[in-house]
Amino acid sequence: MTTTTYRDAVRVAHREALQRDPRVFLMGEDVGRYGGSYACTKGLIEEFGPERIRDTPLSEVAFVGAGIGAALAGMRPIVEIMTVNFSMLALDQIVNNAATIRHMSGGQFSIPLVIRMATGAGRQVAAQHSHSLESWYAHVPGIRVVAPATLADARGMLWTALEDPDPVVIFEHAMLYSLEGDLPEGSGSVDIDRAAVLRPGRDVTLIAYSENLHKALAAAELLAQDRIEAEVIDLRTLRPLDDATIMTSVRKTRRAVVVDEGWRSGSLAAEIAARIMEQAFYDLDAPVGRVCSEEVPIPYPKHLEDAAIPQPHKIVATVKNLFGSHG
Amino acid sequence: MIDHASKVHLDRKHLLRLLREMLRIRRFEERCVELYSGGKIRGFLHLYIGEEANAVGAMQAIGPKDAVVTTYREHGHALARGISARALMAEMFGKMEGTSRGRGGSMHVFDAATRFYGGNAIVAGGMPLAVGIALAAKMRGERNITACFFGDGAVAEGAFHESLNLASLWKLPVLFICENNRYAMGTAIERAQAQIDLTKHAESYAIRAEAVDGMDVVAVEVATHRAADLVRETGEPYFLENRTYRFRAHSMYDPELYRSKAEVEEWKKRDPITLLEAWMRDSNLLHPEDMPKLEAEVAAEIDDAVAFAEAGQWEPVADLCKDVMTVRKVGVLEAAK
Amino acid sequence: MVEFRMPSLGADMEAGTFVEWLKKPGDRVSRGEIIAVVETQKGAIEIEVFQSGTLETLIAKPGQKLPVGAPMAIIRGDGEAAAAFAPPPAPAVKALETRPPPAKAPVAPALATPSAGIHTSPAARRRAAELGIDLQKLVGTGPDGAVTSADVERAAAAPSAAAAMRQAIGAAMARSKREIPHYYLAHSIDLDPCLRWLASENEKRSVAERILYGALLLKAVALALHDYPEFNGYYVDGAFRPSAQIHLGVAVALPKGGLVAPAIHDADRLPLPQLMVALRDLVNRARRGGLRSSELADSTITVTSLGEQGAESLFPVIYPPQVAIFGFGMVLDRPWVVDGTVVPRHVISASLAGDHRVSDGHRGGRFLTAVAQMLQKPEAL
Repeated sequence: MTTTTYRDAVRVAHREALQRDPRVFLMGEDVGRYGGSYACTKGLIEEFGPERIRDTPLSEVAFVGAGIGAALAGMRPIVEIMTVNFSMLALDQIVNNAATIRHMSGGQFSIPLVIRMATGAGRQVAAQHSHSLESWYAHVPGIRVVAPATLADARGMLWTALEDPDPVVIFEHAMLYSLEGDLPEGSGSVDIDRAAVLRPGRDVTLIAYSENLHKALAAAELLAQDRIEAEVIDLRTLRPLDDATIMTSVRKTRRAVVVDEGWRSGSLAAEIAARIMEQAFYDLDAPVGRVCSEEVPIPYPKHLEDAAIPQPHKIVATVKNLFGSHG
Repeated sequence: MIDHASKVHLDRKHLLRLLREMLRIRRFEERCVELYSGGKIRGFLHLYIGEEANAVGAMQAIGPKDAVVTTYREHGHALARGISARALMAEMFGKMEGTSRGRGGSMHVFDAATRFYGGNAIVAGGMPLAVGIALAAKMRGERNITACFFGDGAVAEGAFHESLNLASLWKLPVLFICENNRYAMGTAIERAQAQIDLTKHAESYAIRAEAVDGMDVVAVEVATHRAADLVRETGEPYFLENRTYRFRAHSMYDPELYRSKAEVEEWKKRDPITLLEAWMRDSNLLHPEDMPKLEAEVAAEIDDAVAFAEAGQWEPVADLCKDVMTVRKVGVLEAAK
Repeated sequence: MVEFRMPSLGADMEAGTFVEWLKKPGDRVSRGEIIAVVETQKGAIEIEVFQSGTLETLIAKPGQKLPVGAPMAIIRGDGEAAAAFAPPPAPAVKALETRPPPAKAPVAPALATPSAGIHTSPAARRRAAELGIDLQKLVGTGPDGAVTSADVERAAAAPSAAAAMRQAIGAAMARSKREIPHYYLAHSIDLDPCLRWLASENEKRSVAERILYGALLLKAVALALHDYPEFNGYYVDGAFRPSAQIHLGVAVALPKGGLVAPAIHDADRLPLPQLMVALRDLVNRARRGGLRSSELADSTITVTSLGEQGAESLFPVIYPPQVAIFGFGMVLDRPWVVDGTVVPRHVISASLAGDHRVSDGHRGGRFLTAVAQMLQKPEAL
């Protein structure tokens, strides 16, 4: 067991992939000489060279599209888009090419591309650098979307994603890079199909992903003090969603709260709430609760930013509402 | 220095082949007009009539191991690349026997066997793909090139500039072929580009470029041979601006309010098929029985393709969600989602 | 002859307005030639013809709006003979050929199996709580048998069992009085021979097996019916259908109100002890609500008794489609004349109501007296 960080886990995953398969290469802005804007790829260019660790110009359309083309032609590229905020520039390539070419070609072509992007708010970097647009990607048939929230997943999802014959988008919440934790020696690739129950409970199911998984776990600790035992699910995969794990839990606890840093309207939380309604309607003792970002572009000052995004106390309050009036 | 002009053997056999290829595209497109009017082909239909010299001339220099990326006006490229008229027509009808099992239609022709990567409907959307395919070739040490066809409209898109810059910066074997037919849908190039000499755009990215008469199939073939060889030898990109014209509207449903009939008639005088015919006749390389024979062969091939498409099958609705993702068993979750 | 039709020019074009002909009838046209102009939402578009030949008849007129596929002209192909003038055909409804077969809706994504047990919607649960209705007793009509608000409302509106029964009895009795012309006969019967015989019989029996006089009454009626078949059967569709079997309907009063008259099947053939057992069983089950539908439907004649409560005699109402009903009043001490002397006897009043469409008083009277006589010889019952 070694104590390490999320970003180190990401780096180790890259090293291993580059070593294992000569078709794997990384391209993106400042992934090479700069060492990665979040220091995730420090040292890789020195080890693997500029052919395999490619710094790109600020051309999201071209380098994401080139990643798709290279994957089409037999390589296994990892394209890093610095953050989801800049990914909108490349949305056409992702939605109109990566997600569709398999289908439009009648199954002739496969695009084994991995796209990684940082996401989320919390560092006072204001509206244009704080988006959580995972729901936009999770909306599109033709791609897989995953959100590693733990060190084991940061370490293990990359290789599984590279092996996948279809495009996989990996969202790394910017606040997680410095997360410290233990990784067992020899921990390797993990599945990217299932949600995980990280904390069993019987009174309410908290469903979260990414940084908000940790906020949900914190909320669970607070709720336990009031003798409400929350079961916490880490979604891990946002497309496809693991309905089975979610419904099994909700049938047991009869209450659910979804925590999602996207804005409430049209959020991933809305999709999950709809699925719970469809599949577990008769098992619910209360409506599904949602804790999402407020309907405001993320503001700069800390107190406003904190108020705009999900927090453990908001999760606790939402859960308590599901239990009716308390004395 | 290779004499590229001499690579092109302008003997009767070769010229007849060029003529046949262009005629084949012309008649195929004309039949599509009829089929579209009759409701057999639906959606959008973008015809290549008048531009045949570009696809036919270029494909003489593009080999089977090379890759081709093109646009939604791709029937000519598909036929010249060797995709069967049957499969192409079936695709236009939406039948399972089509190149994409009917899923793509006129704008999304793909063919793995001929390394034909679409059929891309977003203007300039295919250009980054071409850059990536060339990148893969370079990284794998393969000596093939990627021919990237696009129109004058694409020059305005950011994707064009990013792609040319990246291909030049990373020295990638992309042959950029701009089929400049002077109109981006209904907008004349003078109204869209501050710099209408498109070779200058390429040169600004340190890419060698030349302008070609896109109505002259031999000129196109010679220029493409030269350019393709250079890309192959140097591994660096090249830019051809083929100056051409489409005789019909942007797509079927276009009243062409943006250009005068006189202009169209003027360009029709340089119909690539008529030009080649005349040249061959003048050079005694075209005999009286040649054209009727070619027309008959081409008509028979197209009739056959239409009959094939008519007889084709509709894909069952039950297979609707096929080929969105790869089907595989994964733990408790099965199949594609 | 070929029809020149309004072409489809775009995915969303449904119709075009015809503007003008560029050719006239008799003109030669060749394939690819522009021969007409059509106005669409995007503007005027020139239309080409795909056949070569001679323009024979013009159908479309300037200003006319025509759907895609509608015929606009007739063209005579080269080599065809000129046709006689034909009136323009009616505009085609839809000229587009083979459309894809009607699509079945794609299969809905399989939802996780719902949990077992009765599903009740939240709305239904709330309403049931408001109305005080026990959800367990409800049958659901929602998806997969779920209980909905409508199910709860329905249960609340349903009348109580007692009210329903009162309604049913009322309907039957009203119909009886409406349709059946009743006549009534009464007769007093000395019950002492029966009671004396029963007393000695019952000494041999345990309490549980004791025979009550009611059984004797039933047996006597059943046996007497052998000679008077016009009192045993059904009046249906304007005719009397006598019954070969004798199923005695026994009127039983229910504890919560109401009346049922289940049948003892083949009462004439049952030995007295068995008749008693059947009677007891029937009464128990009637009171408990455990009767079978055959028991309720099969009576060929009904016997009713006011028993210990009530009056001297009664004038019962026939249960349609039966044609008679026998009634017994209370057993009373009455003076009776035996051999010229007045002695106290246990006397019961027996009445017979008959359907005058089927029987008459003369026969009714003899039936009554036959029963009376049988009751004088209880050992023969």
